Amino acid sequence: MEDLVISLSRWQFAITTVYHFFFVPLTIGLGVLVAILETIYVRTNKEIYKEMTKFWGKLFAINFAMGVVTGIVQEFQFGMNWSEYSRYVGDIFGAPLAIEALLAFFVESTFLGVWLFGWDKLPKKIHLFSIWIVAFGAIISAFWILVANSFMQAPIGFVEENGRLIMNDFGALITNPNVWVQFPHTLFSGFTTGATFIAGVSAYHLFKKQREEFFTKSLRLSVLFGFLSVFLVVLVGHTQGQEMVKTQPMKMAAAEALWDSEDPASFSLFSIVDEKNKRDILSFRIPGVLSLLSYNQFSGRVEGINQLQARYEQLYGPGNYIPPITISYWSFRIMVGTGFLILFIFALLLYFIIRNKNPFQYKWSKFLPFAIVLPFLANSFGWILTEMGRQPWVVFGYLKTADAISKNVTVGMVLISLIGFSLVYASLIGADIFLLQKFAKDIGQPGLDTSEPMDFWEKGE
Amino acid sequence: MDLNTIWFLLIATLFIGYFILEGFDFGVGILLPFLAKEDVERRMIINAIGPHWDGNEVWLITAGGAMFAAFPQWYATLFSSFYIALFLMLIALIIRGVAFEFRSKDESPRWRKFWDWAIFFGSIIPAFLWGVAFTNFIRGVPIAENFTYVGNFWDLISTFSIIGGLVTLTGFILHGAIFLSLKMDEKLSERATQFAKKIWLPNLIIVVIFIVETYFFTDILQRLGVNPGFVPMAAVLSLLAVGWLVANKYAGWAFIVNSLVIFFSASTIFIILYPRVLVSSINSALSLTIYNSASGPYTLKVMSIIALIFVPIVIAYQAWSYWVFRGRIVRDENSLHY
Repeated sequence: MEDLVISLSRWQFAITTVYHFFFVPLTIGLGVLVAILETIYVRTNKEIYKEMTKFWGKLFAINFAMGVVTGIVQEFQFGMNWSEYSRYVGDIFGAPLAIEALLAFFVESTFLGVWLFGWDKLPKKIHLFSIWIVAFGAIISAFWILVANSFMQAPIGFVEENGRLIMNDFGALITNPNVWVQFPHTLFSGFTTGATFIAGVSAYHLFKKQREEFFTKSLRLSVLFGFLSVFLVVLVGHTQGQEMVKTQPMKMAAAEALWDSEDPASFSLFSIVDEKNKRDILSFRIPGVLSLLSYNQFSGRVEGINQLQARYEQLYGPGNYIPPITISYWSFRIMVGTGFLILFIFALLLYFIIRNKNPFQYKWSKFLPFAIVLPFLANSFGWILTEMGRQPWVVFGYLKTADAISKNVTVGMVLISLIGFSLVYASLIGADIFLLQKFAKDIGQPGLDTSEPMDFWEKGE
Repeated sequence: MDLNTIWFLLIATLFIGYFILEGFDFGVGILLPFLAKEDVERRMIINAIGPHWDGNEVWLITAGGAMFAAFPQWYATLFSSFYIALFLMLIALIIRGVAFEFRSKDESPRWRKFWDWAIFFGSIIPAFLWGVAFTNFIRGVPIAENFTYVGNFWDLISTFSIIGGLVTLTGFILHGAIFLSLKMDEKLSERATQFAKKIWLPNLIIVVIFIVETYFFTDILQRLGVNPGFVPMAAVLSLLAVGWLVANKYAGWAFIVNSLVIFFSASTIFIILYPRVLVSSINSALSLTIYNSASGPYTLKVMSIIALIFVPIVIAYQAWSYWVFRGRIVRDENSLHY
């Protein structure tokens, strides 16, 4: 029965977290972009930028509410389902969560209220200040929650006392090298998500030749911002991989389906593994490339699953220390693959913008709006890799997920909450998407720029 | 005063702030279907709390975070033992928060009606559950060795805890009605005042029943004596004053004094608790206290510095946001925001 409680609790955590993280990166990205638009409005005083701020701001607000309410579950479920975990690490893990609420949630929610309801009540500059505070609040929030998560990946700044981990170095906690790769990676992914969203919606309208000035301006801003962001995501992601090889080699070995240590290590192009019998069913590998990714040179030992398993058994006692390989392997590939696809799309659009050519004269541009889903895939699978690749640990090297569960919680209780949350999440995502597409398509009254059909791209060919 | 006590006070402050602030927006949410007669009135009522409800809710999120950081054993034991109750509260808070944002974004009357009821249920459920929860804090729940909860959901339900739930429920409705009498135009304000008058007496009666029960079901007698002292007395006296202020239409004063009612009542609960945070009904030696459930002194020190800097800042800008939206809501389609 306890096994069932563990799996159900894990499912609930996974569903809640992945669901919550649909909204968070979009909030981070859209927040900054809306703030930039309002800044342009305040500086130039051009009505169209005010309209743009309101248009994208409305989509931002719909999405923000979903992030807030799922965030409460996120904070409460550590105590509800994972109380042994909370007892064991609360001394350290609770601190960044409390700081996040105090430093970030308060400013975000207070100033968002001021921003949404204060258009006519505040001087322009204070109104603008409010949205920047909201945008920074979201970024600060990301930092503190990643301080907490980084502790689970690479524990630091504590001693073990009476069966609990006790914080003894707060500085170490916030300078954890893991945070300083994870935070920028997540931050720029958020920027990319917001930019892709704006670019995708703008592409939808531009293909239909609706409100061309409005959406061309939106597209240009989002493509520039998105290209830089996704480029930085890739760059930081590379460093993050190198950090992972150092602190959590098992995660990298699983993500690469690398059974035995290699030097130089090969990169898997396509692998299907038989996890039970610890062997490849099918595997194509490029020699040396994994060493290159890990150490920036074509040599260097990358440890394999079998050797790490043997070492961990010596270190931590008998047990299975191998995370789910197929999930880690494919999550890694989906994340990286969609990441590069986004980079390619932004590079392509940037090329058109720089050459001042209209991409919407081509049929393929009809498919550009579908790119909106790509960052969501990359974000979700990135987290699935991060969390699944750490298994069987919840705090790497210190506490196993199976030992983190609440002892008094029964199968019936978790079933009720799992079903309840899932039903609510499913219906809300329906309502959310309904509203998002409604307002993304709603271009309003004939605006300032629709009186004359205009061409904002150079006449091509 | 040691750091443990400071953190107990800080968490008490966060909960009291939460009840005073979210208390009125729960009340407003519950009153929404009854006070408003047409769509524009429903929007006026929602607009009164629109800029604030989310900021008010963060008081709870911060209280939860502070419990986790300062008293992890309290956080872990409480949240796992009140599992089903918290699950219901979370579902309510989820649909409520989304409802505020979603309800006006589509014209369809069915859509709006659905979300208006979501606001109603999302407000009434937590308003009731908070009373149940706090009653259980002082009454005690079955906690055995190693802070392990050995009861189930039904152990949290008793006549005492249900009366406790009704105290917060009627109290928050009163608080919300007074808030609306302060924020609405003449027509709606009058309706809200009438409602406040009607709910005041039931609220008072339930509070009195609750106080009597407290002497039977908790150790208040040993802890505070027959004469419980200034704070609980002040709670009852302020509630009496609220009745007079509402009847004589001093809406502003009624709101301030009713906030004091909440302040003194919630303080009483924390005074009965101190230095315990969760009473064991099995054996008082097994209760969680601010000492046996706390984080190490280092964590408490770091967190104290951060709280000392940021709590005043938070209070300052939240107060500013209330000042920005001071004044009554105007009955005018164009000035109402969604």
